[in-house]
Amino acid sequence: MNEIVRDRIDVALTVNGEPVEARVPAGQHLIDFLRLELGLTGAHASCEHGVCGACTVRVNGDAVRGCLMLAAQADGAEVWTVEGLTDTGEIADLQEAFVARNALQCGFCTPGMLVAAQELLAREDAPSRAEIREHLSGNYCRCTGYEAIVDAVETVATARAGKGGA
Amino acid sequence: MKAAVGGYARARDLRHALELLSSADGAGRVLAGGQSLVAALNMRLTTGDVLVDIASLDECRGVVDEGETLRIGALTRHAEIGRDPLIRTHAPLLADAVGHIAHAAIRNRGTIGGAIAHADPAAEFPACALALGAVMHVEGLGGRRSIPAEAFFRDTFETALADGEILTEISVPKAAAGEAQAIEEVARRSGDYALAGLCLVRREGRHRIALFSVGPKPTLAAGAMAALDGGDVEAAVAALTDEIDPPSDTQASGAYRRHLAGVLLRRVVARIEGEAR
Repeated sequence: MNEIVRDRIDVALTVNGEPVEARVPAGQHLIDFLRLELGLTGAHASCEHGVCGACTVRVNGDAVRGCLMLAAQADGAEVWTVEGLTDTGEIADLQEAFVARNALQCGFCTPGMLVAAQELLAREDAPSRAEIREHLSGNYCRCTGYEAIVDAVETVATARAGKGGA
Repeated sequence: MKAAVGGYARARDLRHALELLSSADGAGRVLAGGQSLVAALNMRLTTGDVLVDIASLDECRGVVDEGETLRIGALTRHAEIGRDPLIRTHAPLLADAVGHIAHAAIRNRGTIGGAIAHADPAAEFPACALALGAVMHVEGLGGRRSIPAEAFFRDTFETALADGEILTEISVPKAAAGEAQAIEEVARRSGDYALAGLCLVRREGRHRIALFSVGPKPTLAAGAMAALDGGDVEAAVAALTDEIDPPSDTQASGAYRRHLAGVLLRRVVARIEGEAR
């Protein structure tokens, strides 16, 4: 039996906590599966070669490029998008800080920025501005809003550290 | 752009992966982390490949202390290399290199075996493997082979891996007492490919210098190594700039890359001397 599938691959995964079963084209990007098949259009497909970070989503606990992962590779994975992270309230403080600091203009990069920032804050208790910049260096903002974005992430880092220490 | 692939199959184990590759009639490509391969597919630099997904091969994952060497599974991800205590202690060059490789989200999926098998002349891990004197373990349906780094990298994106073979593990000699290891590179933006990069290992008074992004493959700078063994940094810089012939492209001229290599050598020597003090 030839096990090489030329066209459609069966996958079963969870997306934002919900089980999903689908038959996906062999070359379909995870980001396109999320956007086109599941209607989760928060994360964006942009440069499509891993440079800009607009497609960043969480897979098995890690922030990854949705354009450098095929939907077929997500079989058995736990995927979270900005929609799911919004619904659970996990990134509510980050979102508030982005609004308060006007850390977005067009908002195209924002879902990727939020997923990337949340990963940093989950791993580092008190990242410096330099560490925040370095971590977000994989996410382009074409409105040149980096200063405000770093401010917003720093604000949340400080606030969370304060809560944790109290 | 969207990837144009010729097929996809998920390997259950190494044997199954090798059988899938062999049944793909030469169109088979090993898909590990995919951070270079999927990008290449997206840019249509390659089309029609039959992707053999080896992500579930648990035998190719993790880091094992074997006494004299560390054995690193090819599927160990960059981020895992960066935080692994065995790597940090016994092969700190690899841990330090991780901070230079692309961005956090790429490091979360990219694998050391993928980077070495891909053999991008601008990539960090192939040059690290060369500087450390690593050995690549590969397996095909015909059996296993072990290939030293010096013989593994052949040309741009070209290695000693034969059709149908998979890189399964990498052995790295553990750092000796007092050994110094360091990596330096210059990139236009954090996470970009280096315009020039240099790895230095000083093991029992002997130096190994491996350069990346200055030629078609990672290269040892034998003249500079001999000069450094003699303790003469200026002679090492002179030898280094003589023995490389970097290409010019839209990012940097060959002359600028040659200059950078000398700067990096001075910088990296200063760093290991500073740390030794």
